[in-house]
Amino acid sequence: MTEFADIAIASLIYLGAFFLFVGSLGLAKLPDLMRRLHGPTKATTLGIGATLIASMLYFFLKGDVLSIQELLITTFLFLTAPVTALMVAKAHLLLDKSEAKNLPPTGRKVGWSVFAAPSAPQSERAPSEGN
Amino acid sequence: MIETACAIAFVAISAAMLLCLYRVLVGPDMPTRILALDTLTINAIGLVVLAGIYWGTELYFEVALLFAMVGFLTTVAYCKYILRGNVME
Repeated sequence: MTEFADIAIASLIYLGAFFLFVGSLGLAKLPDLMRRLHGPTKATTLGIGATLIASMLYFFLKGDVLSIQELLITTFLFLTAPVTALMVAKAHLLLDKSEAKNLPPTGRKVGWSVFAAPSAPQSERAPSEGN
Repeated sequence: MIETACAIAFVAISAAMLLCLYRVLVGPDMPTRILALDTLTINAIGLVVLAGIYWGTELYFEVALLFAMVGFLTTVAYCKYILRGNVME
């Protein structure tokens, strides 16, 4: 392996470790959940992406085989991180009622999406579901 | 050079995992603990991938992939559980 590849892989590893640490530090240090969500969803995702790119580059240059598994892990993590953040934020909003009181009015017929879901039209509702 | 980078990254990610563990233990409410557990899983994936680079083996990718899948599923299942009272409806 050349010197340049060594430097590139090492700096990607440093970048990944730094951003993983920054994300967890934000999780531990920020005051409430909506602010704590920023650390793990953005910084940690960038960190794990850099680490996986370093791994892919290392094994590509070591054995000349492009392994597809890192791409699989990267795709999976990048797809699931926003879903996780959405689920946690929704659980927080529905459990903690004080957030709903501070919201301004929407100015429309329906309220904010998590708190007041619009009722389904009569034709789409299945009659035998028992709701 | 790569070995030194791996050693420093091991220390940094271990410190990050300790911070997540602090948030799991102290965290004032349930969603914070769930978020901290998810971050702990992502840090564990980073640690596993770095161990693969450090020892030069490709055996650990399945471990990392399984960690990713199980971490996501447990997070979604916990959120569903505290929202609805059960996981499968």
